[in-house]
Amino acid sequence: MKNAVIGNNKQKANLIVLGAVPRLLYLLQQETSSTELRTECAVVLGSLAMGTENNVKSLLDCHIIPALLQGLLSPELKFIEACLRCLRTIFTSPVTPEELLYADATVIPHLMALLSRSRYTQEYICQIFSHCCKLRHWHSCGFKSSPQPLLCANGPDHQTILFNHGAVQNIAHLLSSTSYKVRMQALKCFSVLAFENPQVSMTLVNVLVDGELLPQIFVKMLQRDKPIEMQLTSAKCLTYMCRAGAIRTDDNCIILKTLPTLVRMCNKERLLEERVEGAETLAYLIETDVELQRIASITDHLIAMLSDYFKYPSSVSAITDIKRLDHDLKHAHELRQAAFKLYASLGANDEDIRKKIIETENMMDRIVNGLSESSIKVRLSAVRCLHSLSRSVQQLRTSFQDHAVWKPLMKVLQNAPDEVLVVASSTLCNLLLEFSPSKEPILESGAIELLCSLTQSENLALRVNGIWALMNMAFQAEQKIKADILRGLSTEQLFQLLSDSDVNVLMKTLGLLRNLLSTRPHIDQIMSTHGKQIMQAVTLILEGEHNIEVKEQTLCILANIADGTTAKELIMTNDDILQKIKYYMSHSNAKLQLAAMFCISNLIWNEEEGSQERQDKLRDIGIVDILHKLSQSSDPNLCDKAKTALQQYLA
Amino acid sequence: MGIGLSAQGVNMNRLPGWDKHSYGYHGDDGHSFCSSGTGQPYGPTFTTGDVIGCCVNLINNTCFYTKNGHSLGIAFTDLPPNLYPTVGLQTPGEVVDANFGQHPFVFDIEDYMREWRTKIQAQIDRFPIGDREGEWQTMIQKMVSSYLVHHGYCATAEAFARSTDQTVLEELASIKNRQRIQRLVLAGRMGEAIETTQQLYPSLLERNPNLLFSLKVRQFIEMVNGTDSEVRCLGGHSPKSQDSYPVSPRSFSSPSMSPSHGMNIHSLATSKGSSTHFSGFESSCSNGVISNKAHQSYCHIKHQSTSLNVPELNNINVSRSQQVNSYTSSDVDMETDHYSNGVAETSSNGFLNGSSKHDHEMEECDTEMEVDSNHLRRQLCGGSQAAIERMIHFGRELQAMSEQLRRECGKNTTNKKMLKDAFSLLAYSDPWSSPVGNQLDPIQREPVCSVLNSAILETHNLPKQPPLALAMGQASQCLGLMARSGIGSCAFATVEDYLH
Repeated sequence: MKNAVIGNNKQKANLIVLGAVPRLLYLLQQETSSTELRTECAVVLGSLAMGTENNVKSLLDCHIIPALLQGLLSPELKFIEACLRCLRTIFTSPVTPEELLYADATVIPHLMALLSRSRYTQEYICQIFSHCCKLRHWHSCGFKSSPQPLLCANGPDHQTILFNHGAVQNIAHLLSSTSYKVRMQALKCFSVLAFENPQVSMTLVNVLVDGELLPQIFVKMLQRDKPIEMQLTSAKCLTYMCRAGAIRTDDNCIILKTLPTLVRMCNKERLLEERVEGAETLAYLIETDVELQRIASITDHLIAMLSDYFKYPSSVSAITDIKRLDHDLKHAHELRQAAFKLYASLGANDEDIRKKIIETENMMDRIVNGLSESSIKVRLSAVRCLHSLSRSVQQLRTSFQDHAVWKPLMKVLQNAPDEVLVVASSTLCNLLLEFSPSKEPILESGAIELLCSLTQSENLALRVNGIWALMNMAFQAEQKIKADILRGLSTEQLFQLLSDSDVNVLMKTLGLLRNLLSTRPHIDQIMSTHGKQIMQAVTLILEGEHNIEVKEQTLCILANIADGTTAKELIMTNDDILQKIKYYMSHSNAKLQLAAMFCISNLIWNEEEGSQERQDKLRDIGIVDILHKLSQSSDPNLCDKAKTALQQYLA
Repeated sequence: MGIGLSAQGVNMNRLPGWDKHSYGYHGDDGHSFCSSGTGQPYGPTFTTGDVIGCCVNLINNTCFYTKNGHSLGIAFTDLPPNLYPTVGLQTPGEVVDANFGQHPFVFDIEDYMREWRTKIQAQIDRFPIGDREGEWQTMIQKMVSSYLVHHGYCATAEAFARSTDQTVLEELASIKNRQRIQRLVLAGRMGEAIETTQQLYPSLLERNPNLLFSLKVRQFIEMVNGTDSEVRCLGGHSPKSQDSYPVSPRSFSSPSMSPSHGMNIHSLATSKGSSTHFSGFESSCSNGVISNKAHQSYCHIKHQSTSLNVPELNNINVSRSQQVNSYTSSDVDMETDHYSNGVAETSSNGFLNGSSKHDHEMEECDTEMEVDSNHLRRQLCGGSQAAIERMIHFGRELQAMSEQLRRECGKNTTNKKMLKDAFSLLAYSDPWSSPVGNQLDPIQREPVCSVLNSAILETHNLPKQPPLALAMGQASQCLGLMARSGIGSCAFATVEDYLH
């Protein structure tokens, strides 16, 4: 059987159909079978597993994993190795659920113990670990610029299980093994264990192997004469340890070793897969550190080098070769999304770098095209790139406008999955800033409705982005837009948002209110229709348990209302609110005092109609006394403000 | 400030990069200038405190810069050879520190070179060999086979030829003959080697007087060394018991072995028919052995046996006893090893088959190839008075031959020097550690051996060098040529890397 199936998928399928698997498993499990027989069974099963994914599914259906795990308890090393080899093949298949390794709690400790048996057990076990500890969608995970990490539920658990069973100590010494395969698999194991895991990463930096610290060993594996696979994987290890906070970003092993290695991986000379992994890992490494972004941006013409990622496939293959076409397309997508991610990281913080990126040949066209790609991965990372670049005021006014990026962006926002929506909507936030020339066309294309619907999302990030964008939209907007927003949002939804559990949502909603309530005619207009509800909401928040920023924002809304002509009365007739303003004038926090003072100033301003009555009323409730007190304040702002207010009384 | 490269003769009053044959990276705008007044956007700007590196890659003729240890990518390609590092300053008071490697570089240049070394080696390893149906393999096999034949490893050559289905070009007998001569040369038995050559290839040396002369000079050196057969028979020691003969450790006297040892010397001396030449010297020698049979070590025997009467050799005599001393003091460890070997072997053989064993070994020594010579006790001509006389006589003959050669073929500086060097050996009390002592090193037999071998092969119309050696020589020459032509990759390839 063994000789018949080797390298022959048809034969493998035939044997499976004929029911060979249960029989082989039976023989393998029989204690009375000879070791040779049991070993041969494991070898044949391993060969079947090497075939198609369907083969692996058939094997899984026959409960091959528990049988093989049971086999590991045998005293015979040959048989154990055969079982491990087969398990390795099965667990590296994408159709095998990783959970199966953790079903029986005794398996992991036993595997740890088997690590000392032979170089083969070492290789296979490390390979099993590194495949069964993977985070789902780990590429998108490796890159989270959105507030919500896309972590899957069991990823960190696997890391912790392995860590708690001494994976670090058991695997560390394998890095000095004489077998290249063992060293490589051990290295891969560490890259998976350290990812987004401060506990593991912190342990790794202090581990000694043959008198050398692990980071030093990783740096040695970065040497340019080492195999590319080894350089890339050790760069990943160091990257993950750095992002998990175990290595400083200004450490020489990061800036002089890891970063340049990853840049080299983006070179045209490297394989497509290496270029993809290199760019993604580099994007992750530099994502949050502007200094690393600056170094990467000048290293080996990286920005220009990335533009090669869009030139694949260089020649269109003949349509007849469907397989090749499919392969090319897949790689083209992978390359593009990786390049977009790296551009996004590079341009996250530094205006000069953003400028350099946008000046790259056809950059904006590529992003615009990327936004409408069929692959969701490409669309997502194109949006990320756009988001990163949209932080530049200059670019918003120039390139973004020239290429009408808002059009494809608005398209992306229709019916996109949440992860795309999150980034796309926060890009939209930037495009809706008042100085952005895209603001008008975006409004005309029905953005308000879209954003209002986002505020009702289950997804917190989408609610924040939705209300945030509305807030930007309302800033210094014309009356019609404000009315449209209010209508689109509905008062109920507005109140819903004001009672949102998330402080970010609350803040942006208050910000929206504040922007709506600006310029006198708008204030009076809005307050005449929604005055009652707004006053209620303001009271509620001022009474509630909120942080200083929230209260300050609310007092600013009151100050705006106090600026209206007719709206003023809503405050003056509300004793409760007046008392609250008075209270905040004497609050221990200077910011709140200042905000409350704005309110008072607006109410007592001389030139306005009815100012005399308001001044009198406020004097009656003791405001003037407080103003006197504040005019003696050591805070120059408060002092100035109080003095100006008192002058209104004198005039 | 501009940092870059210039060819000879470029105007030194302008920043590098602006003129023909000059290249530069300028700090004010970060542009690169490739022999042109207009720059190309290249890298970041640089200023006070920055460390700028400039690396020229002589393999692909490119140049890249580094800023504070970060590579900025390739700035120039297709650079001409012979460029000089250049820094151009244009602001008064500017100061530059230059580091040509006297301090460690900030950029890891070693790592960069490692990558290129690996690349070059991979290029060599993957060089397309245009394999047409086993052509390459056949060629390699031929090379190996011809090498074996050339050096006369006939058994190996035969076996190799058989297993690779090849025919050996030369007749087996011929190979064996050459091998025999080579063995003799490598064993230092030049007299026999010359004689055998003359027997087997009668006209060879006649036609090559210079070759004959160099062989004789070597013979003279071997006489001094005490290894040549002519002096060895005079040496008072059988090949077996003689110190300079490598097999001898086996029969070195461990105290318990002395009786058999003494007996062996007697039997050998007579069997060689040389005892008569020894006169008084021989008796003292054998006396020494016998009288010391109880517990005296070998060096004492030596000491006694050297009571020479030749006045001009007195100093040699003195030095010899010094050597003995030094031997006993410093070389004890080594000798101990031999002892243990000797004991282990002889204890089983014992007295019974002692002599018969020697007979057997005597035969063997004709064919046995012994390249090594024992360094433990070095005595002029093996320590025999008669041998020394023979050597001196031979030296005179050699002198005569040299004069004759000069008359017939004209002056030959090589020959003259060869002879002078050989004679110089006698000027020192201890020729082995003299400035000309390296002539006595057995390794010096190899070139002689190889020249003789080539000469013989030429008479058979066979290549005087095996193709393998030719290929190696070719490769080495190529590397040298590459170096002279400025092809940088030769720095990362040496022939030695491929000889394991």
